[in-house]
Amino acid sequence: MLNDRKKSAKPAKPVIYLDAAATSLLKPPCVAEAVTAAFCSFGNSQRGAHEASLAASRIIFQTRERICRMFGTGTPDRVAFTANATESLNIAIQGLVRPGGIAVTTVLDHNSVLRPLYLQEDRGAELHIAGCDAKGRVTPEAIEAEMRPGTSAVVCTHASNVTGNVLQIREIGALCRRRGALFIVDASQTAGLFPIHMQEDNIDVLCFSGHKGLMGPQGTGCICIREGLEIPPLLVGGTGVQSYSRTQPAEMPVSLEAGTLNGHGIAGLNSALGYISGYGIDRIRTEAQALMRQFVAGVRQVPQVIIYGDPDDSDRAPVVSLNISEQDAGEISDILAQEYGILTRPGAHCAPLMHKALGTEGQGAVRFSFSHLNTAEEVCTAVRAVREIAGQVSGQ
Amino acid sequence: MHGGAGRTGDCRSGERAMRVKEKRLIVTFRTTTDAMAFEAAGREYGLGGRLIPVPRALTAGCGLAWSEPPERRRDMERLIGEEKLTYEQIAELVI
Repeated sequence: MLNDRKKSAKPAKPVIYLDAAATSLLKPPCVAEAVTAAFCSFGNSQRGAHEASLAASRIIFQTRERICRMFGTGTPDRVAFTANATESLNIAIQGLVRPGGIAVTTVLDHNSVLRPLYLQEDRGAELHIAGCDAKGRVTPEAIEAEMRPGTSAVVCTHASNVTGNVLQIREIGALCRRRGALFIVDASQTAGLFPIHMQEDNIDVLCFSGHKGLMGPQGTGCICIREGLEIPPLLVGGTGVQSYSRTQPAEMPVSLEAGTLNGHGIAGLNSALGYISGYGIDRIRTEAQALMRQFVAGVRQVPQVIIYGDPDDSDRAPVVSLNISEQDAGEISDILAQEYGILTRPGAHCAPLMHKALGTEGQGAVRFSFSHLNTAEEVCTAVRAVREIAGQVSGQ
Repeated sequence: MHGGAGRTGDCRSGERAMRVKEKRLIVTFRTTTDAMAFEAAGREYGLGGRLIPVPRALTAGCGLAWSEPPERRRDMERLIGEEKLTYEQIAELVI
């Protein structure tokens, strides 16, 4: 219903979706149309030469080409599909941060980065974590300070899913190249919103989900690996090729794609990528950021509101986390949903080190995240709601 | 999906003639992605072939192969060179 907003009348139950950092409920209609078309026509990709199978294989290949162009991957065969960014990051981290290796990450990172790194630490790798300043910012210098002689990889997010603060990946990529470390980037919060070019940014491995900024269906993810770097698979199994070999094919992308791909989901992602290319990443980001700034300008006038991160940074992901005085973030989020129909995300956002650094470990925070498909009117309603709730809180 | 004998439960052979075997130029691939890249380039270039299940004479197992009339060999090889297409082998087969 929400996705029909620009085509049809008001949805039956008014809902304001401000949780784009969790997933893109608001999508261009072409995405669902592509999924439906695929659902009605796709055979199993890479499993035969009949038209239904080829139809799936062709769309999947086209999607690889689009991702390759969007992220400067080099060639489409360096793009492998996964179920989500977490799977991609597990492939990258478990495959490249080996026992005895040294890795660096940041306090901004999500558990999809941290937990695989902790797992490798338990297996004998060494882990160092770069801290942030009071506004939740991590500089390339802070990362370099954590690097040791022989550091094998830097693994970091492109933007915090809590504060929206963006890391300078080009500078960090150059640093990694200079120091001989691999650079693994989690672009879950920025893919589809910020320009990313693997070759120009010196990124060795780029991981992201397809359902957030890229507006594809859930269950789609991607790992892009630069030419010349090979990563052993986490899963092995059926591939549709080299069937009599006892081992998984060594060639990308099939080396990392055991089992049936989510062809229906990838068809939706393909359509979303076409939409993004036509609409323009810069335009999408600028529009979403304008809504975020409108929101920040409104809520920062409310004395009880505490905003985390660096909301004045000119180029940040369209994410704002806040609290109202000492109130439980979960309760505020619930009031927003139940009383105002405003959907946000409270709690720890799977980013425990970020919350520890911000001092919100106990309280959590209420995250508002914006899509370019939100409207200024919705933002006004959200600001009004925050003001009203804050007023009630101070009247208690 | 289509009507006819199957729908009525009559599974006797119809009158369709067996496919006539002919010499073809067959290109095999290590991955489906290579096959897809080949097909996309071949279609744009105007090759007349299509993707088929890989003939067992070339590779035991599943996978895709490109089948092209033999007289287009020179065009096809030019395309492979120009587009830097990746393939496993090229063979002439009667299939």
